Amino acid sequence: MSEKIVTLSDATFDEHVKGSDIPVLVDFWAEWCGPCKMISPVLEEIAEEQAGKIQIGKLNIDDNLEVTRRFDVMSIPTLILFKNGEPEVRLIGAKPKGQLLQEIAAYL
Amino acid sequence: MAERRKVVIVGSGPAGLTAAIYSARAQLQPLVIEGEPSSNSDQPGGQLMLTTEVENYPGFVDGVMGPELMGIMRNQALRFGAELRTAKVSRLDLSSPAPFPVWVGDPEAEEPTILADALIIATGARSLMLGCPNEERLLGYGVSTCATCDGFFYRDHHVAVAGGGDSALEEALFLTRFASKVTVIHRRNELRASKIMQERAFKNPKIEFLWDSVIVDIIGDTKVSAVKVQHTTSAETFELPVTGLFVAIGHEPNSALVKGQLELEENGYIRTMGKSARTSVDGVFACGDVQDDYYRQAITSAGSGCAAAIDAERWLEERGE
Repeated sequence: MSEKIVTLSDATFDEHVKGSDIPVLVDFWAEWCGPCKMISPVLEEIAEEQAGKIQIGKLNIDDNLEVTRRFDVMSIPTLILFKNGEPEVRLIGAKPKGQLLQEIAAYL
Repeated sequence: MAERRKVVIVGSGPAGLTAAIYSARAQLQPLVIEGEPSSNSDQPGGQLMLTTEVENYPGFVDGVMGPELMGIMRNQALRFGAELRTAKVSRLDLSSPAPFPVWVGDPEAEEPTILADALIIATGARSLMLGCPNEERLLGYGVSTCATCDGFFYRDHHVAVAGGGDSALEEALFLTRFASKVTVIHRRNELRASKIMQERAFKNPKIEFLWDSVIVDIIGDTKVSAVKVQHTTSAETFELPVTGLFVAIGHEPNSALVKGQLELEENGYIRTMGKSARTSVDGVFACGDVQDDYYRQAITSAGSGCAAAIDAERWLEERGE
């Protein structure tokens, strides 16, 4: 995994997401989810290319039910973009890189 | 300048990757345009990326996970020199004899991205949606086409599955791991699914069936709270309170790219000639679920991918290339 991606958990979520100066795109994922695997390399690329503009965070839903429930995630992959700790954009399902970037472009 | 390739394969499910393995071994340096990430079965790896355990693919005594099987096929294609590109074909022009122009990205671009001497179409099929009100709005908020992705969120919930084929029962059985109750809603009074799946579903105490019933609406403000069901013979309707609806009512072929260019069957599947993978255009071959509305198995897809690669190889040879 790219070192530019941060692994989030129930314990560290608020600290990372609320304390971030730049928008954080959180990937709610699980080991058993095929489409999550598909977007993983896309997120790696975005993390490298947009370093400094956006922080990518990964939250394993199996291990972190509290945050998963707090944001009512009911389908994975779900990506939520947080700005100043508040959820701004929610993307459900795997999407191509171009479309992903387009949906979050306004926040970069 | 457009890049010239001997063999271009569109799609990367079992059919596309098997065609890639065979044509790579035939030294044709195939390019596989594998698709882009999506959650609706039109994606790299194809429909098996949305499944869990595959129990009937020969060679795996204890079964294999769908995404793992596709990873293995992908590596096998790479091993023999196939090139895989994570992109989507946006346009094909089959109006003149080979080489065929292939566009990736902007379909309006003057220059095609690639010129293909032989083209193998393996774009597969995607899940049909119900098309009822609120379905799209509630997708991801209780409506799902992927039980393996979303079943986890329905622990101790009552959920519904629409459909009566193997995929519907697979979803239903998978969902019993989490849900307290799974209601299968089917428009006929008997199932299309295989006997072994039927037997498992009938034996499962968490699964119940609503026969001769269709879903006419999905109810819920921010998430699903019920589905409106209509009995097909009496036309009576009622609301079934469920928090999740998994749609598995069948598939439609991803044949839009070649519509109007290749002969299609009435239901939109690509027409292939006899036992071969040949289509109505010389040099264009089709394999897998985009041309098969009958067997629709990973193994038959792989088999037809092999046939397409051999047909393409011989066709190229006959042309002296």
